[in-house]
Amino acid sequence: MTALDTPTDEVTLTIDGVEVTAPKGALIIRVAEKLGIEIPRFCDHPLLAPVGACRQCLVDVEGQRKPITSCTTPIADGMVVRTHLTSEVARKAQQGIMEFLLINHPLDCPVCDKGGECPLQNQAMSTGAAESRFQDVKRTYPKPINLSTQVLLDRERCVQCARCTRFSEEIAGDPFIELMDRTSDEQVNVYREEMFGGEPGPAGSHSDLGSEPLRSYFSGNTIQICPVGALTSAQYRFRSRPFDLVSTPSVCEHCAAGCAQRTDHRRGKVMRRLAGDDPAVNEEWDCDKGRFGFRYVTAFDRITEPMVRDPQTGALRAAAWSEALAVAAEGLRRARDSSGGVGVLTGGRLTVEDAYAYSKFARIALRTNDVDFRARPLSTEEADFLAAAVAGRQGPTYAEVEQASAVVLAGLEPEEECPILFLRMRKAYRKRALAVHALAPFRTTGYEKLGATVLPCAPGSEATLLAGDASLAAALSQPGAVLVVGERLGGAPGGLSAAVALAERTGARLAWVPRRAGERGALEAGCLPHLLPGGRPVTEPRARAELAGAWGLEAGVLDSRPGRDTGAILAAATAGDLGALVVAGVDPADLSDARAAEQALDAVPFLVSLELRNSAVARRADVVLPVAPTVEKAGSFLTWEGRLRPFEAVLATGAMTDARILDALASQLGVQLNTRDVPAVRAELAALPATDSPRHPPPQVAPAPPPVPADGQAVLATWHQLVDLGTLQDGDDELAGTARPSVVRLGKELATRLGVGDGDPVTVGTGTGALTLPVEVVDMVDAVVWLPTNSPGATVRRSLGAAAGALVSVSVSVSVPVSASVFVSVSPGGSR
Amino acid sequence: MAEPKSAPSRSGLVDAVKGFGVTFSHLFRKQVTIDYPDKPEPTGPRYHGRHILNRHPDGLEKCIGCELCAWACPADAIYVEGADNTETARYSPGERYASVYQINYARCIFCGLCLEACPTRSLTMSNEYELASDDRRELIFTKEELLAPLLPGMEQPPHPMRLGETEQDYYLDGLSNPGTSAGAEHVETYPGSGDAA
Repeated sequence: MTALDTPTDEVTLTIDGVEVTAPKGALIIRVAEKLGIEIPRFCDHPLLAPVGACRQCLVDVEGQRKPITSCTTPIADGMVVRTHLTSEVARKAQQGIMEFLLINHPLDCPVCDKGGECPLQNQAMSTGAAESRFQDVKRTYPKPINLSTQVLLDRERCVQCARCTRFSEEIAGDPFIELMDRTSDEQVNVYREEMFGGEPGPAGSHSDLGSEPLRSYFSGNTIQICPVGALTSAQYRFRSRPFDLVSTPSVCEHCAAGCAQRTDHRRGKVMRRLAGDDPAVNEEWDCDKGRFGFRYVTAFDRITEPMVRDPQTGALRAAAWSEALAVAAEGLRRARDSSGGVGVLTGGRLTVEDAYAYSKFARIALRTNDVDFRARPLSTEEADFLAAAVAGRQGPTYAEVEQASAVVLAGLEPEEECPILFLRMRKAYRKRALAVHALAPFRTTGYEKLGATVLPCAPGSEATLLAGDASLAAALSQPGAVLVVGERLGGAPGGLSAAVALAERTGARLAWVPRRAGERGALEAGCLPHLLPGGRPVTEPRARAELAGAWGLEAGVLDSRPGRDTGAILAAATAGDLGALVVAGVDPADLSDARAAEQALDAVPFLVSLELRNSAVARRADVVLPVAPTVEKAGSFLTWEGRLRPFEAVLATGAMTDARILDALASQLGVQLNTRDVPAVRAELAALPATDSPRHPPPQVAPAPPPVPADGQAVLATWHQLVDLGTLQDGDDELAGTARPSVVRLGKELATRLGVGDGDPVTVGTGTGALTLPVEVVDMVDAVVWLPTNSPGATVRRSLGAAAGALVSVSVSVSVPVSASVFVSVSPGGSR
Repeated sequence: MAEPKSAPSRSGLVDAVKGFGVTFSHLFRKQVTIDYPDKPEPTGPRYHGRHILNRHPDGLEKCIGCELCAWACPADAIYVEGADNTETARYSPGERYASVYQINYARCIFCGLCLEACPTRSLTMSNEYELASDDRRELIFTKEELLAPLLPGMEQPPHPMRLGETEQDYYLDGLSNPGTSAGAEHVETYPGSGDAA
């Protein structure tokens, strides 16, 4: 929202004969927009600083000798502006600029991706001259060049508007793309040694990526804001034309940021996704994972029909829905009525509607509270924290974080784990020097771009710092301060308890930022062992009575005993104390001990998998029921703020939502779930009354003493990089190419003790396995070693079976030194 | 049908003779019936028949997969998917080619707007009109069916550019290279197609 709506110091001016009053300092082009007068422009973008690079927006201002650029000129009292609509001078000036821009712009619209949705094409038609006087040969370049594996640049199409370079510098903070050279040779490029007399980039790397490739998580935005076809994505290049695309508003399913998107599809296949315009959430930006990561839906191992394990052969075979549902219902009924009961693992990727269906299905069809959405390292403390401090509360919003007096980050690296929150904080940092404090083992590039004050903190000792650090308390005591905790803080004993206490003590607002899109929704839907939908504690009679009333149940149907969480359910399965397991979108490799989780899945007598693809769970299941991916169903996500983000189906394929399948399964068990269609679930959720029951008390776990590493050991710090081996990024090699290289990061002291320097291979191991990666020495807390959680060559949970805060052994590897940019073998200590 | 016993009236007799007169007079007129399946008449030279995707003289496809024909089509009869030419597999000069090209003759109205839209003169129309089929699926012509046959000197793509270093060499010579398709354009006007490679 522009400042136009809040009356401050106002000035009155005339544009095209219309008198208008607008706040002082507004730009002519913005005020004209409000009047419905569209001045042609290329470099101007409302979210970027004015630059006046393209000169296309010239207007005639009375009293000025020459036409002036309306995108850089603030309005003044009594100003008389005439645009191309009323002034011959402005019209001629704009036509002249257009002629200049087109001198070196090739007429290759037929092969250009922008053709049909190109501001240059459109404005050349609407405000350009019909004839060009240019007779000579146009400037050409070899085309195209890679700025990254994903972003391609056709330099001759560029009109030097500097939108991409300004975006990279101002918004994303990754200034690896810049305008270079002079006069008509001026071009956008990345840093290349050879342009300055050096040798081309190291052999083996993508030779045309430049010496410093554009490695940004937000590079896709430069493609979207490019007003010509100079920047294109390798993924969409030549794939389609705008006239043939059907556009649907959608919501990103990747993380808890909840970005508005536009999904374009053609003949039943998604061709591309663009950032939607939502000032309250993602403004006009999107991260590359959300923009480019959608091909997992069309992966080769997508499940399209139900499967049942054949008792004779022991293999899965295709079955009719009726048979699969009957087999699943029979197995679940037997397990439910046995002593072990049924556990439900929903995972963090479900829509609110689907999560609600699982919660209700577990409670009334399976009569259990053994339901948990957390498919990651977890603790009881975290469950208590979520019930007490998050469920049913509207957290601080993006706008409140932007306006905050100070932000403290604990257990969260926002650039990697919630990129749109990162952009919002960076905007606040640039615009008004927002003070950001972060508890982290080292200063990441993300913290650097936020200008954050990093409180060095080994994993596991966050609680002590939160409880005792005076600077944090001082920062949070200012009115409007926000304490943002990530899901990783749950792995530090006492961390979440200390965070709640700190927020209470200082009056700061508390936000919980999970990684996955469905986690907050699943929490509100009651996919936790001690929490019913709407933040109702299972143990509170009034909460149960409210829900029994809403669901039309008799008293006593809802179990009053809290159920088992993910860890306990899997432990019970391994021990043979579980009758059956219903698993939705869960990858065992995401759990803190992947191998133990797979053993549990092998051990459980009856496993029902509601899956999209032939996953590790589906392969072990007794019944596999195919579900619809996000793109093929309607639903909603809740952002980390608690904001509802509903969306409709993009593709109509007839694939069924989890909720609909559960409804069918429940009716086989003789229970009416009423979750058959999305509108019905939404209506039921809307009709659910606000709860009067007492809230769950906040956790009060004392900080545990941090682990003390012995000689040759270190404490493991780890988090997911944004672009990694995640299941929802499968099938997209161009996106994978923009991932940050997998390295192991050490502090200087530890590196000296080991006698290693940058690039040397180091092996990190546990009793389960070991990983060898090149070293990057950073300024880090001593005796801490950092690894990406799930990147190529660094599958921490599968290979090490360890979570952050665990003790690991660190040793120099005997293998040959490896370059940081290549994949590294997972085998312990082996040479490549 | 007529009653056999009643004598024909005078006026009826005159009418019959008149009627035969018409018949006899037609015997001496020019014949309009054509011996269609056996001896089809040639169409007008600009008759809008089925399409042809032309080739460059070295056999590369002129189509660059730009989809402008599909955009121009008022009947939504054309479907194109573009793709990248690679170092190892080149189908057309330049970066882009059509990996899928279909024209649905159950929809095509033969208006020729697609020809006007084509920026490389790849798409032209032949005079072939015998398109009837009893199977709708057969009416969707694929790229293989639409592509002009290989003439002597042409090479089946994919293959590298034989007529120059860049696609410019193909297009700047465009006037002396009107295209090489059988049917719609006159093959004999292109000199030396045999030694192009």
